[in-house]
Amino acid sequence: MTPGFRELRDQLARLCNKISRQVQIMEVCGTHTTSAYRNGLHAMLPENLRLVSGPGCPVCVTPQRHIDAAIELAAENDVMIATYGDMMRVPGRLGSLEKLRARGARVHVVSSARSALQIARDEPAASVAFLGIGFETTAPATAATVLEAERDGIENFSVLMCHKLVVPAMLALLEAGDVPLDGFLCPGHVSVITGAEAYRPVVQRHAKPCVIAGFEPQQILLGLVHLLQCVQSGRARLENVYRAVVGDMGNRAALDLMQRVFVTADTPWRAIGVIPQSGLELAPGYHRFDAVRRFSLTLGEDEDHPACLCGQVIQGKAEPAECPLFDHGCTPLSPIGPCMVSSEGTCAAWYKYNRSAKALRDLPQSQEVSG
Amino acid sequence: MNPVKAPLDTVDRIMLAHGGGGELTGQLIQQHLLSQLNNERLAPLTDGAVLPWRAGELVFTTDSYVVTPLEFPGGDIGRIAVAGTVNDLSVMGATPVALSLGLIIEEGLPVDVLDRIVASIAATAREANVEIVTGDTKVIERRSGDGLFVNTAGVGCLPPTVHVGLEHVEPCDVVLVNGCIADHGLTIMSVRHGIEFDSDLRSDAAPLNGLIEQLLTGGVRVKFIRDATRGGLAGVLADISEHRQLSIEIIEAQIPVSPTARHAAEMLGLDPLTVANEGKIVCVVAQDHATSALEAMRRHPLGRKAAVIGRVTDTQPPLVELNTRAGGRRIVQRPYGEELPRIC
Amino acid sequence: MCLAIPGRIIECRGDEALVDFHGNRLEISKIMTPDAAPGDWVLVHAGFSICTIDKHDALETWGYLQQASASETDEPVSDLAGRSVPKLGGTP
Repeated sequence: MTPGFRELRDQLARLCNKISRQVQIMEVCGTHTTSAYRNGLHAMLPENLRLVSGPGCPVCVTPQRHIDAAIELAAENDVMIATYGDMMRVPGRLGSLEKLRARGARVHVVSSARSALQIARDEPAASVAFLGIGFETTAPATAATVLEAERDGIENFSVLMCHKLVVPAMLALLEAGDVPLDGFLCPGHVSVITGAEAYRPVVQRHAKPCVIAGFEPQQILLGLVHLLQCVQSGRARLENVYRAVVGDMGNRAALDLMQRVFVTADTPWRAIGVIPQSGLELAPGYHRFDAVRRFSLTLGEDEDHPACLCGQVIQGKAEPAECPLFDHGCTPLSPIGPCMVSSEGTCAAWYKYNRSAKALRDLPQSQEVSG
Repeated sequence: MNPVKAPLDTVDRIMLAHGGGGELTGQLIQQHLLSQLNNERLAPLTDGAVLPWRAGELVFTTDSYVVTPLEFPGGDIGRIAVAGTVNDLSVMGATPVALSLGLIIEEGLPVDVLDRIVASIAATAREANVEIVTGDTKVIERRSGDGLFVNTAGVGCLPPTVHVGLEHVEPCDVVLVNGCIADHGLTIMSVRHGIEFDSDLRSDAAPLNGLIEQLLTGGVRVKFIRDATRGGLAGVLADISEHRQLSIEIIEAQIPVSPTARHAAEMLGLDPLTVANEGKIVCVVAQDHATSALEAMRRHPLGRKAAVIGRVTDTQPPLVELNTRAGGRRIVQRPYGEELPRIC
Repeated sequence: MCLAIPGRIIECRGDEALVDFHGNRLEISKIMTPDAAPGDWVLVHAGFSICTIDKHDALETWGYLQQASASETDEPVSDLAGRSVPKLGGTP
């Protein structure tokens, strides 16, 4: 039985008390960020425990050039765009898909790559491009959908590949060497696919504890307890508190799908730059489903706002409030940087929940609820 | 056979000619609108309705309704068009007296769809005990639109004894809702192309004037009522907090959300607090009237799952705050705009 | 980065399955969990099951999803109003 909320909170407090210095944990995944905020967990954490949001949010790390490519496809090539709702408001140089739709382009929000394929099936005269975003959890779904398109001969379907890999990004972050991190809260659902062992290099090469946790509030708190135990004992361990769904070796069928359809590639991350072997592209046998090739798109360069600190923010090097644009031109209603776009974006979450952090701290203690 | 000259009942779709003001327009109104909506004020088809009025204040409201798809589990555009305007009058404390109905129909709308929606308008008006006394119909060229847009305006009579309004909201007042939130918005999501799923959820669209009347006449000191439509519960609470410069604390575990709605919200990555409702009100009452307000609501079928969800405080700066199930605390804000399903 | 919730498989047709999420039913692909069968619990992300779960684990980790809200449990009215109001915050 998982310990209750109060017990977990007390354990965190005791551990932080013993450690008695500032502890900085990166929650790599945007869904952890959102869940922690939505469940009000920050108000339960000890003062010397700080959570830093990492580069695990596709909205934040998909470079402008891919948004621009989608816009070009719709505007110039009359292609219907199918996308997860997450990407609708992400600004490229030419605007966002939301604004493009308002100008008359056909942009469909789908909840699965298979729905995008279904649109292509239903409208054989149209050309449908699916925006393939997300990490290891989502990429196999795109792979399976490409295989389905091939099997059923649906040639008016293509994918704009933006899939990325988590572990290379974590390693790149550590190799840059300037982020003071005590450990990683690792994404539960990526780990379902990759297996827990995928984080072994992080632990071995960089001596950073990695704890895999799910997204329910109890899981997050339990993951943090395990991380603090590692920090306190000074031992970098790889732990998994999400054993209900995460095994050591991952999901073989999903990994096979990815291996069949994709190859790894050096990939640009928004505001971070190119990280070696951190992205996925379609393997040569599936190039005809690649929207960039099919429509001979040229991916340009990104032109992020020079003052925008999103790159620093998603590497844990800066807090949103340190950005000169934060709340001065960049707000959730008119985002300049990607971290202000989705509710899980670090800046948007800060804007939403932390702008009044002081006011929040001054409030009376919340009522006790035991799990 | 020339389809425009064909008798209407052999035409299965609305044509531009139905809006031309000629014979077909007359047939459309007689056979498809008046046949279901008829009452003694509407029947003469004069340019306006004459309503008897007693002295006192009148409440006047209007709203336009656009929804995709037009029909969904638990309702349709007609039901929300009547219930929405009835509710707008009722939350002002007024007793709804009469509605107008404006239909803008896109060429090509199947006639049987129109018939079902008009039947639903008539049924909802009967349910709310209000008459549609004047109306208008236009047909527009076929576009990629949704086929039918509805405007309803309504007048209501404000009893001199009723004083509801934001200005009455004070610290220590208690906040209630009349039942499970988020059903409507999630139902609409469940039937939207590209994200559809089969669900037991049904829209909560309903006229709430009966419930509100029960509350207002039951001896409860009701200070403020608003229907939590677009923007959801979060939107209404943010409005109260902003306008009154007061804080509101709500308790997650007390907010009624059905397990089916909670699962649907999780599937779509949405927060039930920001999802639209069409049959839910937020009600603010004096603290010592909390129990009687709750009892009054629960006596009505549309308030059976009513709950006290929080209270108003004078904490500054003014914020809406949620005490979460996990024992944490966070700020609640109104949503950005269109709520989109997410995978991340 | 990845929302996924547990559901129970109602029926399977080849690689496809109909999964119930407490009254919401979604057609998914079970190509990543080929052995999953009707009655099994699976974790579903973006229209695909990504793993099977033990029912006990599913209910423990996501138990709160099944819980009825306070108002749905037919508590006495006075208790609910009395319990919720005074405990809120410290304002008089």
